[in-house]
Amino acid sequence: MDAKERMKIPRHKMPEQKPEERRKNFNEVPFGYPEDIAMEEAQRCLQCKKPSCMKGCPVEVNIPAFIKLVAEGHHWEAIKKIKETNSLPAVCGRVCPQESQCESMCIVGKKGEPVAVGRLERFAADFERKAGKAAKPDLAPPSGKKVAVVGSGPAGLTVAGDLARMGHKVIIFEALHKAGGVLVYGIPEFRLPKEIVQAEVDSLVDLGIELQLNEVIGKADTLDELLQNGFDAIFVGTGAGAPIFMNIPGENLIGVYSANEYLTRSNLMKAYLFPQYDTPIIKSNVVAVIGGGNVAMDSARTALRLGAKEVNIIYRRSKDEMPARAEEVHHAEEEGIIFNLLTNPIRYIGDEKGKVIAVECQKMELGEPDQSGRRRPVPIVGSEYIKEVDTVIVAIGNGPNPLIPNTTPDLQLNRKGNIVASLDTCKTSKRGVFAGGDIVRGAATVILAMGDGKVAARSIDAYLKDPAWWDRPAPEPQPEKKKE
Amino acid sequence: MHKIVKTESLAPSMFLMEVEAPKIAAKRKPGQFIMLRIDETGERVPFTISDGNTETGTITIVYQVVGKTTAQMAALKPGDSILDVVGPLGKPTHMEKVGTVCCIGGGTGIAIAYPIAKGLREAGNKVLSILGARTKELLFYEDQVRSISNELLVCTDDGSYGQKGLVTEMLKQLIDRGEQLKLVVAIGPVPMMKFVAKMTKEYNIPTIVSLNPIMIDGSGMCGGCRVSVGGATKFVCVDGPEFDAHQVDFELLTKRLASYREEEAKSYDLYKHNCKLGRG
Ligand SMILES: Cc1cc2nc3c(=O)[nH]c(=O)nc-3n(C[C@H](O)[C@H](O)[C@H](O)COP(=O)(O)OP(=O)(O)OC[C@H]3O[C@@H](n4cnc5c(N)ncnc54)[C@H](O)[C@@H]3O)c2cc1C
Ligand code: SF4
Ligand code: FES
Repeated sequence: MDAKERMKIPRHKMPEQKPEERRKNFNEVPFGYPEDIAMEEAQRCLQCKKPSCMKGCPVEVNIPAFIKLVAEGHHWEAIKKIKETNSLPAVCGRVCPQESQCESMCIVGKKGEPVAVGRLERFAADFERKAGKAAKPDLAPPSGKKVAVVGSGPAGLTVAGDLARMGHKVIIFEALHKAGGVLVYGIPEFRLPKEIVQAEVDSLVDLGIELQLNEVIGKADTLDELLQNGFDAIFVGTGAGAPIFMNIPGENLIGVYSANEYLTRSNLMKAYLFPQYDTPIIKSNVVAVIGGGNVAMDSARTALRLGAKEVNIIYRRSKDEMPARAEEVHHAEEEGIIFNLLTNPIRYIGDEKGKVIAVECQKMELGEPDQSGRRRPVPIVGSEYIKEVDTVIVAIGNGPNPLIPNTTPDLQLNRKGNIVASLDTCKTSKRGVFAGGDIVRGAATVILAMGDGKVAARSIDAYLKDPAWWDRPAPEPQPEKKKE
Repeated sequence: MHKIVKTESLAPSMFLMEVEAPKIAAKRKPGQFIMLRIDETGERVPFTISDGNTETGTITIVYQVVGKTTAQMAALKPGDSILDVVGPLGKPTHMEKVGTVCCIGGGTGIAIAYPIAKGLREAGNKVLSILGARTKELLFYEDQVRSISNELLVCTDDGSYGQKGLVTEMLKQLIDRGEQLKLVVAIGPVPMMKFVAKMTKEYNIPTIVSLNPIMIDGSGMCGGCRVSVGGATKFVCVDGPEFDAHQVDFELLTKRLASYREEEAKSYDLYKHNCKLGRG
């Protein structure tokens, strides 16, 4: 097949549950490519000599190489190829914003639709899982060094996997009773089945990584205590896990949730299975979800599945500025979520029992661009209106959790409270301590967190081999990155 | 898994449990709490640590049976285990020598007031303690609290033991007789803390309460434990659990505690029903 023919093959759709059905269950929405479709889709890749897609991949997956293997039916080799650089392919294949990363740079996309890199990655990962055996990488001989990884989100899991492969002993400390970070407490089952996260965690444990769950660092042990107790280095990947509220009247009424609480109740604590599981969640009729990111989409779609009759997204900018993945906005729309754009809540109204019964909103218009480069929403005076709701989910973002910064005085923070670390090395201001993922970047993405994990593993390895590495001049730390 | 080494019934529906948790036992300070999850389908529930033993590596919690989880706990025996125990969480009580302090404990709050009173005594304060309960048989820890107090006043609502009256009336007695109270620590049911706070505000006595909202993670991630203190929203699990009583919005706390009344009742009823079936 020549390039022209390849370009003619249309991008393949991924079969998925019908909206009418899926809005009533928590099963995964897309089914994934069947083998024949995956192989056909893989034919679309032009096998570029200088593959631009890879420039968009923070963990440097050799995209054309693995796609070629899928096209040839060597799926087992394909997953091994991916795993050379990506330890969570089944996760990335599902939740990465491919449309703005690898796929946005794919040359085929210049004329038509890009190669479905994400779906193919998912196919290869699922192939491996269905085969029931994991492609286990080779481990370097034990180095005798011990590294503490704080937080088991994508950043922590990645750095742990890479360090284990380099021969270092790794212990992951996780505050919650399940490993995975946002992947288990935040992102819902219908988008990322928890058994998939568990399988990826299990394969890390197979590499000899130790998991200490229920351990809140900063409380149980401080970073200094870990360093005193025999750890040669620490990676902090504690994520952005402190909900932000708008500080408007009525925000503490019953029925006004942070997205973190709502999603944690549903995902981690399985409130959707109440009373089989003991954790309750409010039964809603009319829900308002504040925000326009992935977290807002996940909250809205969860509320729908928990039985709400009507779910409204309330977002202060227009659809173009929504930070959520296009695919998820599309899924939400198909499921009947109502989008109230250019709208902002200004207060919540409660009844005598302190339960929320309505939200007062204000319409917005777009003004001049702000620091984020997007046009700033400006309230339209006199446009206020009241909408009756019985549940509100605030999904406007997360800040850094203060537990570790508060107990580690020599860890430099930025204005927002994020840990300052160089994006090129993940080195912090404290000797032997590295950091990456959302705790450094602010709420970002799974793949960026994993990218940091990779960078950190390389730096930690260099530092463990030669402690003088620390004092070598490195690029200036970049305290703040633009986000959302 | 955390092995239960001791259980004890302190009063009707009030229990004590000693659980193995060596790291927490070594680290804990008065005023801190743990989160536990009894089994795979269980809720994450906070309990204040009322005592601990570094040598045996155990911590003690005291609880009242109010719903499914606590009923399940009450059914556990030494040798059984709790699946997850996380801690020590929250900020410890600020211990300082201020002079004369009054520690008030009501209901299960007695178990929390005890280590704080002990700590304040060790810090060199004169400790006057007040214990209150609805009726005689609901009172516990009297000897323990007495042993670390300069003076102990006991009262019951129905007068079946100690003086008849409320803890606020006992507090009034202390004030009236001229005790120069530099600090009041009140721990117990929300209405009790609210009334103590109201009273000490009139007398301008700094007062601390320990709050017990609904929690999920206990580490500042979910925001479920938020309360309003001095008009600002605080997360009890990381900013507390202790706060300036005169600044706390008790109405809000009371309302938020009632968030899941129906669901809790449903879950408890189901449990009781299944238990009966189980016993055949
Ligand atoms: C609902 C939701 C949906 C999202 N959807 C997407 C998506 O579709 N695509 C995408 O790319 N990104 C998405 N994101 C963002 C993405 O999940 C995060 O960017 C990513 O998980 C960050 O990884 P991390 O490893 O830095 O931290 P996290 O995943 O936040 O993990 C941090 C872990 O550290 C633990 N921890 C925190 N403090 C301590 C402590 N003191 N001691 C021990 N453990 C501690 C936490 O319990 C947690 O498990 C979403 C986020 C949310 C909340
Ligand atoms: S840019 Fe597109 S066509 Fe080229 S190698 Fe990457 S995926 Fe294939
Ligand atoms: S319990 Fe979740 S923030 Fe306090």
